[in-house]
Amino acid sequence: MKKPFDLNADYQPESFVFNKACKKKAGELIALYPPGRQQSAVMPLLDLAQRQVAEEGAKADPPYGGWIPRAAMDHIAEVLGMEKVKVYEVASFYSMYNMAPVGKYLVQLCTTTPCWLCGSDDIVKTCKKHLGIGMGETTKDGKFSLMEVECLGACVNAPMVQINDDYFEDLTSDTIKEVLDLLAEDMKPNIGSQRGRKGSMAMSGPTSLEDRAKKAGVA
Amino acid sequence: MLNDEDRIFTNLYGWEDFGLAAAKKRGDWDGTKAIIKKGREWIIEEMKASGLRGRGGAGFPTGMKWSFMPKESDGRPHYLVINADESEPGTCKDREIMRYDPHKLIEGALIAGFAMGAHAAYIYIRGEFYNEGSNLWKAVHEAYDAGLLGKNAAGSGWDFDVIVHRGAGAYICGEETALIESLEGKKGQPRNKPPFPAMAGLYSCPTTVNNVETIAVAPTILRRGAGWFAGLGLDEKNAGTKLFCISGHVEQPCNVEEEMGIPLKELIEKHCGGVRGGWENLKAVIPGGSSTPMLPKDVCDSIPMDFDNLREAGSGLGTAGVIVMDKSTDLIYAICRLSQFYMHESCGQCTPCREGTGWLWRVMRRMVAGNATVEEIDMLWDVTKEIEGHTICALGDAAAWPIQGLIRHFRDEMEVRIMEYRKAAA
Repeated sequence: MKKPFDLNADYQPESFVFNKACKKKAGELIALYPPGRQQSAVMPLLDLAQRQVAEEGAKADPPYGGWIPRAAMDHIAEVLGMEKVKVYEVASFYSMYNMAPVGKYLVQLCTTTPCWLCGSDDIVKTCKKHLGIGMGETTKDGKFSLMEVECLGACVNAPMVQINDDYFEDLTSDTIKEVLDLLAEDMKPNIGSQRGRKGSMAMSGPTSLEDRAKKAGVA
Repeated sequence: MLNDEDRIFTNLYGWEDFGLAAAKKRGDWDGTKAIIKKGREWIIEEMKASGLRGRGGAGFPTGMKWSFMPKESDGRPHYLVINADESEPGTCKDREIMRYDPHKLIEGALIAGFAMGAHAAYIYIRGEFYNEGSNLWKAVHEAYDAGLLGKNAAGSGWDFDVIVHRGAGAYICGEETALIESLEGKKGQPRNKPPFPAMAGLYSCPTTVNNVETIAVAPTILRRGAGWFAGLGLDEKNAGTKLFCISGHVEQPCNVEEEMGIPLKELIEKHCGGVRGGWENLKAVIPGGSSTPMLPKDVCDSIPMDFDNLREAGSGLGTAGVIVMDKSTDLIYAICRLSQFYMHESCGQCTPCREGTGWLWRVMRRMVAGNATVEEIDMLWDVTKEIEGHTICALGDAAAWPIQGLIRHFRDEMEVRIMEYRKAAA
């Protein structure tokens, strides 16, 4: 779905260029596609730009998370020899490109049916109350944004949220609070299941491959 | 129940390392060169004989799909594209392959690529699977370093590259031509067919798009023989093993590899500790990912989980993402939430889908409240029929089917909701 965005907003920076490390990375990404097909690298480069912004934002005061300024899209258009509007089109089409500033920790809450069946409403309520913000809002200290998202493909570990690159699964109201509290201190909570299970096996232990589980010391 | 020796994904739960050394111990990359030396025809015939059908949802016979690629190149390169954009609500199986057993996928890519005359495979992984993509990239680099990819891959005489391409959050890119558009650096909007990708796909070159699980099972099938795979399942059209993802109201949700055709009840009771509150507490099951119509309990009592049995029951195996709902579930909301999903994910290209998915969601929201008329249930049905089959891709169908399943089996519940609303309003 097309996202509305504002190319002339106050928060748009004047300029953007890839830093040295990202410039090198951009070259590597472009080289993954056949000669003359560099447009294929537009998504990897948008992601790269968002990550560069996030890196800068992590050090800023107040901090902010990764997003894609207009200047970054213009820069990518130049790097790839694309029309600017084609880059805007791609950036606004895909939900993972943030078209406006977000918090340092972008909490993406899955509320699609499998998560909903397992209590995602409670997780949403808890996050809103604990952070004191609504969906689409950012905390005043710039640390957290909340966003409702569609199915993130971890349904047997529902309910779950994604925060920046990481999945937090098998959540309860208590464990999501613990995760948020650790992030508020810039600590690293354990990713994956918050009920201690490995991957997507049944909670009480494996129902198949028991011999292998024993060998691996799981059961 | 499937015997452990017949399971392909022996590291499904990530107990062991995903890297090359551990993968080799699990049997991956064993005799890859010998398989390739048997030739393209042999591989395709063997895949046909195995009865493998695509694991991404549509269930098209894999060997036949591979055979559609031109036998000789007309100068254009051939491409294998692997669909790792797993986004169908209820589905979380390809994720496990990519984070815990990526070498199965990479070896499969080489063999499948060779069989279709491709020297490169692009794996399009959904952007949210960042850590999974990182594991996959690591495994790809390991394979290059070990000579299993690149020039003369695995000593086969065939040059082969694998590239991981990250998506950025668009369900529609799971549709193969939208995926190709996205890979070309555009909005992910499906293409009109024909031409089919085998004639003109990525960069207008012959292309085959296969699901992760489909490619990942191929090496084991070729090693153990088509007969072994074809011998599993209820019949030769519904053969082999399958990864099932069971979510929702079961005691212990999990992913598990089982034999195709396993009864739904057995699947839930053996692997998931049963339905929450017991089997009698079951209300309905969405058997194959969000787009497959739900089945009421009396069908669930005896239904075998395979392509043809589920189709005959008016639903489908889809991705085998099994969403279980017990008696406490507001089924109308459960489906309404899926309508919201399809509205959000419609690419906006075709009018019936762009306008229709939003309309369906708005009416479904009223159905949840009961703020509707009984005649509107019929209108809702009619509109789903107007969307179904009238769009470039199957997203329109996918938005229509869950609502059709709800009306087909639980219309009385919708009518009761409307009556209750009226009573409360009066």
